Amino acid sequence: MDVVTLSRLQFAVTAMFHFIFVPLTMGLSLLLAYWETRYVRTGDETYLRMTKFWGNLFLINFALGVVTGITKEFEFGMNWARYSRFAGDIFGAPLAIEAAGAFFLESTFIGLWVFGWNKVSKKTHALAIWLVAGASNLSAFLILLANGWMQKPGGYILRNGRAELTDFGALVFNRYGWLSFFHALFAGCTLSAFFVMGVSAYHLLRKKNPDFFTRSFRTAAGLGLAGSFLLVVSGDQQGLLVTRTQPTKLAALESHWETRRAAPFSLFAWPDSRGEKNAFEWLRIPSGLSLMAYHRADAEVKGLRDFPRDERPPVLPTFLSFRFMVGLGLILVLLSFLGWLRSRRDRLDARPALLKLFLYAIPLPYIAVQLGWIVAEVGRQPWLVFGVLKTADGVSNSITPGMVTTALAGFTVLYGLLAVVDVYLLARFARKGPAEVSR
Amino acid sequence: MTLQVVWFVLWGILWTAYFVLDGFDLGTGILYGFLGKNDSERSALRRSLGPVWGGNEVWLITAGGATFAAFPTAYALIFSSLYSALLLVLFALILRGVALEFRGKRSAAGWTRLWDTGLIVASLVTALLFGAAFGNLFRGLPIDAGGFRGTFFSLLSPYALLTGLFFVLIFCGHGALWVAFRLQGTLGSRALSLARRIWLFLPPAAVALMVLTSLSTDLEVNYRHHPLWAFVPVFAVLAFASTALFVARGRADRAFYSSCAAVALIMFSAFVGLFPFLVPSRLDPACGMTIFNASSSPYTLKIMTFVALILVPIVIAYQAWIYRIFREKISLESPSDDEGY
Repeated sequence: MDVVTLSRLQFAVTAMFHFIFVPLTMGLSLLLAYWETRYVRTGDETYLRMTKFWGNLFLINFALGVVTGITKEFEFGMNWARYSRFAGDIFGAPLAIEAAGAFFLESTFIGLWVFGWNKVSKKTHALAIWLVAGASNLSAFLILLANGWMQKPGGYILRNGRAELTDFGALVFNRYGWLSFFHALFAGCTLSAFFVMGVSAYHLLRKKNPDFFTRSFRTAAGLGLAGSFLLVVSGDQQGLLVTRTQPTKLAALESHWETRRAAPFSLFAWPDSRGEKNAFEWLRIPSGLSLMAYHRADAEVKGLRDFPRDERPPVLPTFLSFRFMVGLGLILVLLSFLGWLRSRRDRLDARPALLKLFLYAIPLPYIAVQLGWIVAEVGRQPWLVFGVLKTADGVSNSITPGMVTTALAGFTVLYGLLAVVDVYLLARFARKGPAEVSR
Repeated sequence: MTLQVVWFVLWGILWTAYFVLDGFDLGTGILYGFLGKNDSERSALRRSLGPVWGGNEVWLITAGGATFAAFPTAYALIFSSLYSALLLVLFALILRGVALEFRGKRSAAGWTRLWDTGLIVASLVTALLFGAAFGNLFRGLPIDAGGFRGTFFSLLSPYALLTGLFFVLIFCGHGALWVAFRLQGTLGSRALSLARRIWLFLPPAAVALMVLTSLSTDLEVNYRHHPLWAFVPVFAVLAFASTALFVARGRADRAFYSSCAAVALIMFSAFVGLFPFLVPSRLDPACGMTIFNASSSPYTLKIMTFVALILVPIVIAYQAWIYRIFREKISLESPSDDEGY
């Protein structure tokens, strides 16, 4: 394999692995901040135990999110030197601001939160977790602003053989960046809610600490309902933007080959890229695609055949990821609604079937967020900066396939081992329950 | 003064802050096995790092981010040229962080041995490779108009190896003083006597480094043209001497502060010599990366200057506050908050 393919694989492996931990950090930090604030306000010890129990799981996840994040910053220079040189004038700014404005806050105050229980007042301690929660989400926002510029470049001029920033406002108010931030934030809330509901379900099935886990479940169910609903809304808004700014991505998402008005939506299809058509289509909804993409039934949707072959993204992975992501998203909305309804009205421990459902639903949002990144990044291909710089032109000159193969193998092995440790520790501490972990 | 010069200063400050702060984390990590004889001692060592190491490491992320934002051409060249070395640094930093966070999660012998070894090896590798990487920057990389012309092995010059070893040694001294400064009882005094032994080797090592630096790099050229700037290395020598003195007198607190100054001033001395280069070229001086040919546009530099002038003081303020909160000396009996969950 060549350096470009290997570097893309390396970036994909390290980014997707990093994003196992990011959404739980984003959402669970908010839940912890809420619970600790409730504890400070009401003095109710259960809230303290909730903060500590879920906090312990949060920290295991957080540690891996932090260490795998460093890789990302280094990789741009290591593997994508020509891209870094080309876009650093613009792309470097949000990354540097992220480090100085968000990552510092997050890493400094998590130290205070973990080690400061007896060192600072209850209010200051709660403030620390609010700062961690705010900074984690700010961090995601700034990274997604950087990504947003790659997806929808603006506010720059090509000068001195590179892209130079001319309008900082255009970088900060990049619509793609904002929408993907909200999408990621709601994904984080949904994933965290399912994490908490699933672990709570495990304990409720065993009738352990029913009060503690019913309350945890209830808070999470509220967050999950709001999160998954907004997730769909923000996803739809992203779709509208992609339609306008990345027509190749839209066509690949839908495996839509032929330009036409009132384009139908096929629930499922099998793209045949060589033949530039779908091998089969299943359950066609008339005008469905036009409605989704433009919110107008007779709108014209451009098909892949009208784009040069070397500007089309790989259709199969983009299409399949999108279908499964949306499917999972809708399932999550339904499940959240069910969880919210049942946890409001009934005693949860009397509903083992529902609890089992939630226990086994823990991986679903994890799969959905990974698919989401495939949609966003594979769908952007062959561009690194959409319409401006091809991925193949962004890779470093001075690295060899051997070097990148070594790196890829190293990351795969190291991250594989970390995944084992992560799952082992999370399962161990999740099973332990709060009684043994609180003081 | 142009903004490029401002960013060179800031760039130097960020890397220096990283080495001063994470330097003692790395040193403590390297010496962890020598200093911590049993489980409660090792737990106390980790507790001394627990609340601060994460925030310290972010200085590295910020230094990297600032290089990217202010000098993208140099960022691209340095990071891709030092590919294999930085790959190992990444693996080591990941292992170090995970070891510190996960070591206390279980007490089974295999588990603790795994992460203890990981912490020691990862700290050693990080210190050695950062030293070697900066040795290469000071000496210059084999770059011509087409970019980097070397291989991984061309980075392993005797000079780079010596800077690597020097980083390891000075971080060990720095880490031992951190432990002596933060911990009470036998562990603190053991760290101080270890620091005393390390500080026997450090002055001759520093002299050797200075001699080799003047032979293998062009860092002394700036000092020949602008002798007034020699005050920086003079202060470095003074900080070095005062650290040695405080160590000999058994004044752990002052020795640690002085050691912070020594690490900082050594880095500053090198950066003054490097100016205006970020990476000189060993093949053709005109192909070296300077703050002028590698920088971002004036517009981006202006924005980033505003951002840095607002954010960096805030960061320093709250990090100083955190150090103050955790100023109380750690004893072996202190409650271990991290394992209290």
